[in-house]
Amino acid sequence: MSLSPVEGVALAEIESDGGMGEPAAKGVVGRSPGQLAWLRLRRDRTAVVSGVLLVFFMVLGLSAPLIEVVYGVGPREQFQNLLDGFGMPLGYAGGVTGDHWFGLEPGLGRDIFIRLIYGLRTSLFIAFAAALITATIGIGLGALAGYLGGWLDAVINWITDLTLAMPFLIIALALTPTITLRFYGERGQVSSAFGVGVLIAVFAIFGWTSTARLVRGQVIALREREFVEAAKASGAGLGHIIFRQLLPNIWAPILVSFSLAVPQFITSEAALSFIGVGLSDETPSFGRMIYDSLDFLQTDPAYVFFPGITIFALVFAFNLFGDALRDALDPKSSR
Amino acid sequence: MSRFLIKRLFSATLTLFAVSVLTFLMFFALPRDPVSSICSKNCNPERLERVRDDLGLNDPLVSQYAGYMKGIVTGRDLGSAQGGRCDAPCLGWSYVTNEAVSDTIARVLPVTLSIVIPAAILWLLLGVGLGMVSALRRGTWLDRAAIGFSLTGASLQLYFVGAVLLLVFVYNLRLLPVPSYTSLFDNPARWASGLVLAWVALAFLFSAIYARLSRAQMLETLSEDFVRTARAKGLAKPKVYGRHALRAAITPVVTIAGLDVGGALGGTVITETTFGIQGLGRTAVDAVRSGDLPTIMATVLIAAVFVVLANVLVDLLYAAIDPRVRLR
Amino acid sequence: MTDEPLLRVRGLTKHFPVRQGLRATGLVRAVDGLDFDVRPGETLGLVGESGCGKTTTGRMLVRLLEPTSGSIEFAGRDITHAGRRELRPLRQELQIIFQDPYASLNPRHTVGRIVAMPLQVNGINPPGGIKARVQELLELVGLNPEHYNRYPHEFSGGQRQRIGIARALALRPKLIVADEPVSALDVSIQAQVVNLLRDLQRELGLAFVFIAHDLAVVRHFCQRVAVMYLGRIVEIGDRADIYERPQHPYTRALLSAIPDVTQLGPAGRIRLTGDVPTPLDPPSGCRFRTRCWKAQDVCATEEPALVARDGGNQATACHFPEPARAALQAEAAVVGAEPAGRGVEANVEEVSS
Repeated sequence: MSLSPVEGVALAEIESDGGMGEPAAKGVVGRSPGQLAWLRLRRDRTAVVSGVLLVFFMVLGLSAPLIEVVYGVGPREQFQNLLDGFGMPLGYAGGVTGDHWFGLEPGLGRDIFIRLIYGLRTSLFIAFAAALITATIGIGLGALAGYLGGWLDAVINWITDLTLAMPFLIIALALTPTITLRFYGERGQVSSAFGVGVLIAVFAIFGWTSTARLVRGQVIALREREFVEAAKASGAGLGHIIFRQLLPNIWAPILVSFSLAVPQFITSEAALSFIGVGLSDETPSFGRMIYDSLDFLQTDPAYVFFPGITIFALVFAFNLFGDALRDALDPKSSR
Repeated sequence: MSRFLIKRLFSATLTLFAVSVLTFLMFFALPRDPVSSICSKNCNPERLERVRDDLGLNDPLVSQYAGYMKGIVTGRDLGSAQGGRCDAPCLGWSYVTNEAVSDTIARVLPVTLSIVIPAAILWLLLGVGLGMVSALRRGTWLDRAAIGFSLTGASLQLYFVGAVLLLVFVYNLRLLPVPSYTSLFDNPARWASGLVLAWVALAFLFSAIYARLSRAQMLETLSEDFVRTARAKGLAKPKVYGRHALRAAITPVVTIAGLDVGGALGGTVITETTFGIQGLGRTAVDAVRSGDLPTIMATVLIAAVFVVLANVLVDLLYAAIDPRVRLR
Repeated sequence: MTDEPLLRVRGLTKHFPVRQGLRATGLVRAVDGLDFDVRPGETLGLVGESGCGKTTTGRMLVRLLEPTSGSIEFAGRDITHAGRRELRPLRQELQIIFQDPYASLNPRHTVGRIVAMPLQVNGINPPGGIKARVQELLELVGLNPEHYNRYPHEFSGGQRQRIGIARALALRPKLIVADEPVSALDVSIQAQVVNLLRDLQRELGLAFVFIAHDLAVVRHFCQRVAVMYLGRIVEIGDRADIYERPQHPYTRALLSAIPDVTQLGPAGRIRLTGDVPTPLDPPSGCRFRTRCWKAQDVCATEEPALVARDGGNQATACHFPEPARAALQAEAAVVGAEPAGRGVEANVEEVSS
């Protein structure tokens, strides 16, 4: 479903080229299904553009401290002198100047641009960590449930239903302070690293079931295939069958679901910060900024727009890329 | 069919039971003492103790849970400090708001329903319609615009859309009043004008998903043999698409819709926070913030009931649309 | 060929429970009491219509399915219920070739990895390294060893089946169960693959249990043949006996169904009426009686035992076996030098020369 059609012709060429395995004199280069997908991805304009954009975002996030040095303003620095008597930034569009590219926060007078850069880092880190953890748990449990079936399958299915029935936001809202207090205690200021850790844990608890369901279905479809039986007949153990035989065949849907899970976690993190759990005000975060900005919707609309547009661009790029990836990995689905 | 229904209802009950146990345990693990947050600084220890006793917080966990469940099913007598007799379904007494939780719920539930149900109708019509049109006009600018719309909608944040809508329609153009809830039966016009922004925001985001889904589904169905057969035997296009293809394409849409509506009813937390409307979602958030355990329990349970019920409904609809399901 | 059997199967049975909800409502008697032996280096063909339990038997032999009852002895050891660890050393001597060359190769693995899999799973490091051994195997089955790094989707069906054969040979087995190894292939390719198997069998002294529904292929490849019907062996014997002097009516019917095999003379084609009865509820007594033109009352009450007549090698489970007669004339043309028929036979001969 990508915006530009996947070039099927090129694909057909590649495949026919590798066809009959006559003792050919020309280079005997086997192209793995993965390499073919990579080729398709590289020919897809949407994928390339969104991919480049994503890399750009990641570089921005990763090099946040570096940008701070170059930019010359820190995320916690306050510029009260640039605010008027009511705490509103002076100048146009929320105080946009050459020094403060995206203007200043009303009230505290912190620089929005550098806070966004740090917020990007926090967001991306949480989302990737949560996606990685949920994928790992989901793949492991889903593969076991699908391959072994029986009571394990029943239990995992039931847990999946259960997590679906729990209102995620409310539970997360209640769970986050609980976990924090349980493991951190009343120590006044919760360090931002710990807050991030708790968020990732909450996402992991609730997020693994969808991957598990996906992997389970795929494994069930594959487990009766003869290549699995061939491995079994050679004496292969559970580990070999799952990791060597089954998983290499389902990494495509896993990869797609991973690439679509990341923006979901970005959104969830922002939503949690928005309703006031998640991270403390000290840690810059998209959701937190928008939540704060809603109070200034009438007086300082620019404050809403910068974080809002940034998070949109980020999630949009991820979704585009995820779609393109799906097309590249499963050319039959593209239309 | 009835056996299928009984089986589904049984597993739904089991899920609800598990949700209630889990929530109960989870919130009792809250290290924050629910009592201390209730009375202000001039609370003496005796009074605290008495409140604790009233709330049954000194009883063992199992009997607290049993009492709570009994209250839901048959009603129960609470202490005089808690309004005395509490009829079924008794959800307890909140010391924070000083009223029976069932009263609170009765007040906020219509708000959430008023937000979600019209929004759901809007997003289903918009989403499925858009998906169908772009599938039938595949490759045209219309299709491309629909895809663009759906990708944009899927990437937008509800609070951001809400903020923009508020800014434009309420603060700048002053076309609409500041969002608030008026009962539909008191004043339908004010009911609609107070909530329309919330509907539009929800519909914009959700219809995006439905447009994508129903487009993909429709394209797949259109390429199937039975549609070609129907066309070949001379049925008119609208009839084929309307009756045969739509029916097959709609099934997965029904699933997602059921889950979404169920989930949305369980707490439109973000919507209500953005527009400053006091519904179920915001009540839940407030309850969590103030450690109001009976209210938290009630909101989580109600949310779970909606999701589970929606699931059952989806299964029944499925069975109605696709008879094969019943055989499983 | 009178030494100890390599594989000894006694009373082998597999029943699949049929469930509706949680209640077990019946048993599919897929395989119901098989007895047979395979000696080292011998090829036994297992033939029958689809659904008669041949594939189930094959899977039980390599322990992909757990037998319900009966025993499987391999090289003098009872492996009927051996666990994975106990089985491990025997796995190396007992391998399987699958029917569908498209499903039996992992599409994400290179040919090299596929063929090397049994070696790696069993932690075997052959002298000269795994790669050398794999290339040797590829050469053995007639593939270009340079194709080591290619993926299955780059090969044709026949080539894929050769890869499957190379994989089965990797552990130097003594017995290979071939489950319809050629039935998914084009007829011309079938002949090549069968000839490859025959050459390998002769060169390496392999024993085979060759499962097929195609009698012509079995005749070309197997020294002994067992005919199955509804989970039972109805007749077993040397190839010449089975093909020239079938004693069981079902065997006769099967043979007469081969196009242009005229040895049956004026009897011509025997048309069986009716369908194969369901294995959920097999007929009493002789299972073939519902379709047998010779059936009498005794067939419904008494189950015929699989017994050898005339003290020969050929055992038949029938109350009214065909007398060993007509065959006398054809005695001259036996084993090895088949009369060149047409159709499949013709292809086979053509390529093997």
